[in-house]
Amino acid sequence: MKLIFEMGAPGRGCDLIPPCTTPEVTIKVPMRKKALHLPEVSETELSRHYTDLAKQTHGVNDGFYPLGSCTMKYNPKINDAASLLPGFTNIHPLQDTKDVQGCLEVLSSIEEALCEITGMQACTLQPAAGAHGEFTGLLLIKAWHESRGDSKRTKIIVPDSAHGTNPASAAMADFDVINIPSDEHGCVDLEALKAAVGDDTAGLMLTNPNTVGLFDPNIAEITRIVHDAGGLCYYDGANLNAVMGITRPGDMGFDVMHLNLHKTFSTPHGGGGPGSGPVACKDFLTPFLPGLRINKQTDGTFTAKTAAHAIGNVRSFSSNFLVVVRAFCYILTLGREGIPEAATTAVLNANYMMHKLTGHYRMAYDHTCMHEFVMTLEQEKHERNVSALDIAKALLDHGIHPPTMYFPLIVHEALMIEPTETESRETLDEAVQIFLDVLAESQAHPEKMHEYPFETPVRRLDEVGAARKPVVRYISWEMTPTSIG
Amino acid sequence: MGSYIPSTREERLDMLHSIGMHSFDELYADIPESLRLKDGLSLPVGLSEMEVARKMEEISEKNTRFSHIFRGAGSYQHYIPAIVKQVTSKEEFVTAYTPYQAEISQGLLQSIFEYQTMICELTGMDVSNASVYDGATAAAEAAAMCRDRKRGTVCVSASVDPKTLSVIRTYCFGSGAPLVILPEKDGLTDLESWNAMDTSSIACLIIQTPNYHGLIEDGAAIANAVHNSGAKLIASCNPIALGLLETPGEFDADVAVGEGQPLGLPIGFGGPYLGFMASTKDMMRKLPGRIVGQTTDVDGKRAYVLTLQAREQHIRREKASSNICSNEALCAMTAAVYLSAMGSAGLEKVAASCMANARYLLDELTALGFTRKYTGEFFHEFVTTCPCDAAVLSEKLAAHGYLSGLVTGQSEMLWCTTEMNTKSEIDSLIAVIKEVLA
Repeated sequence: MKLIFEMGAPGRGCDLIPPCTTPEVTIKVPMRKKALHLPEVSETELSRHYTDLAKQTHGVNDGFYPLGSCTMKYNPKINDAASLLPGFTNIHPLQDTKDVQGCLEVLSSIEEALCEITGMQACTLQPAAGAHGEFTGLLLIKAWHESRGDSKRTKIIVPDSAHGTNPASAAMADFDVINIPSDEHGCVDLEALKAAVGDDTAGLMLTNPNTVGLFDPNIAEITRIVHDAGGLCYYDGANLNAVMGITRPGDMGFDVMHLNLHKTFSTPHGGGGPGSGPVACKDFLTPFLPGLRINKQTDGTFTAKTAAHAIGNVRSFSSNFLVVVRAFCYILTLGREGIPEAATTAVLNANYMMHKLTGHYRMAYDHTCMHEFVMTLEQEKHERNVSALDIAKALLDHGIHPPTMYFPLIVHEALMIEPTETESRETLDEAVQIFLDVLAESQAHPEKMHEYPFETPVRRLDEVGAARKPVVRYISWEMTPTSIG
Repeated sequence: MGSYIPSTREERLDMLHSIGMHSFDELYADIPESLRLKDGLSLPVGLSEMEVARKMEEISEKNTRFSHIFRGAGSYQHYIPAIVKQVTSKEEFVTAYTPYQAEISQGLLQSIFEYQTMICELTGMDVSNASVYDGATAAAEAAAMCRDRKRGTVCVSASVDPKTLSVIRTYCFGSGAPLVILPEKDGLTDLESWNAMDTSSIACLIIQTPNYHGLIEDGAAIANAVHNSGAKLIASCNPIALGLLETPGEFDADVAVGEGQPLGLPIGFGGPYLGFMASTKDMMRKLPGRIVGQTTDVDGKRAYVLTLQAREQHIRREKASSNICSNEALCAMTAAVYLSAMGSAGLEKVAASCMANARYLLDELTALGFTRKYTGEFFHEFVTTCPCDAAVLSEKLAAHGYLSGLVTGQSEMLWCTTEMNTKSEIDSLIAVIKEVLA
């Protein structure tokens, strides 16, 4: 496919802006010396270019997308429609509070709903993504320990099954990361946890259901161990879809958490954002929350002020607001019954698929799963040199987005499947058949598996070459002659 | 109650029985009884789509929509071409995840590669990442790129947007980085203060140009002073201004960052926006977040892939250059479509109109007794002292449907114009101000 820079011709373009109506000015500052090279294309070319690019992009609307840990559920259209209302899109973030009452109502209402769903007491919508929320939550933990003069709590405990963002966020907040091993069931090893906690423990970060798709039955004991040592408990909300409306992180003993509105609450992922990663916490952490605290007055109006000991701001304005609007619509639509029903169906769909694949694929943990499950191709790799990657690449030729590969790190040759609740039984049945067909082919023709995919716009890529000699921008003779690497 | 579950209750029961279970509760056997939510969520019952649509419309109408906006200060109302909205609402782009499976994500990957190229062109830098959350977090992440064991202090010019400073301060609280503020003089970064400072432990200076007061900083002189001290320069820029003004690459900044919202994103009560980040090639491996690179497939066909992943959290965990995972991909695509639609000539025209309109507004305000607070050259924002109480003026203008400049002091306002604020609109604003002052 041509790049947009390889299309069009000098002088082409779209006529979008009227001539300036005020007198032209010149200013006495250094101006751009090198001419700006942006594409020069007609609107026809531009429009068709992106239509071509769209044809080479697989979204949830193009087919089954069981990407474990990412909750690729259907993105309802009413949510998008609401986010496009001019009463939201055309509001300046620095308008007076009395002129943004609608926006504050959305923020206040969703905060209230998220607190109810999580069992927490307060919430900030400022973080723009899950990892941003983790960083924010860890800063709350840090600020709380500091406020008590407890300066020796420098360690964050993270299980070896954790998302990579957990240790990375802890490092950004200048904590030392203590990795603890999981037990043979993929859950927290209580003895290892007891050995790891101490008066230097700032907190624990945990996903529950965890990244192998299991609900840790010892969760109350785990949070108690950390609390007894003087640490706080952070809940990574990436897997909340399995348990929303069924059980609550606040009730499990967690003190602070983030939610991924772009996973659990159906807002689209946009090819890698924008997301939204609100942070909810217990009462004692609310004085440290960033952004604006919104309060509903008795007359129904809303006020906004900064928290007493706020850690500051983690972005310029209130939130990824138009994403929040979408999630709010979703909560309004599902309501008190719909939320647990979505969770239960997500868990049912995962168990249904797991059940049908068991006996063919090896399950990493042979146990009722939550919203996702992990298979291991270790034996296939060992016996026939067929890897998780080979299976994933073969699935591409069948119109299925492959499961998450090689995660969690504690399972070798892992494929992690999360069907979500928005897939029909037929879709699951068809997907199971495809998984079985691919496995059968890998047994009959193991060597062929390294060749897949054949039908996709491009085939397997030279990723090593891409990293070794990085070409990260288009270069032509008329552009900056820069060679990278 | 609305629902997006395709299967009926009967189908679900059938599926449940097929896995050997009799009640949905059995699925949750691992959750201790004591932790189950006994009485369900205390939330309203779900609504039909029609009810949700009406409710959201009603809520949105509680906001005041200004048809005349003269406020910027980090969020800028520009014309958004129809093609931009259309392209970025394509379901393939909207509903995809991060392109981990490159073979079925070439469209998305190529669009990011094109975005990276445009950001490099705009900033004059060598390498761009695929985006971060907003302009302020881009500045904070850039500071982290510059720090090392010897030089750990972050220095921020006082003329940087206070919202950006607040975010940098929060990130520094996290990382433990000492933060110092370099004073301003006449609204500009004060280089004399820099030269008088002990800069031996300073990792970087962060400037903004045009700065918070709208003034254009002397990038080359600042870069020179900063580099002479052995520190790095981070320049936060307005991407529209880069259509005309000297680029960070040209004045020798080490990292260029900025708020990409002006490139086709609605003001939208503050988000989602777009943090752009570009650096010299020497600092490429310190950039946070996704980077798309060009490669070939097994048949030798040109293709694109997420690359340099050894920097990232899913590989390096606590040793990663940043924790960022989801970024603002669709916003980056929006910027790329906007820049393609505008083209070089279009972007220059937008920038020139912004600037011309601002001068016209300033002249008209001056005639009414407003005085400009600073004398330096400016782009499309400027601060005035008003001949009246600024908050009162702002309120009265609001009553007439005008969002005034941002009140920054008792009698001070930070005004902004874009290509949207034409001569006739400025004239009618001035007429209203006259009426208010009378």
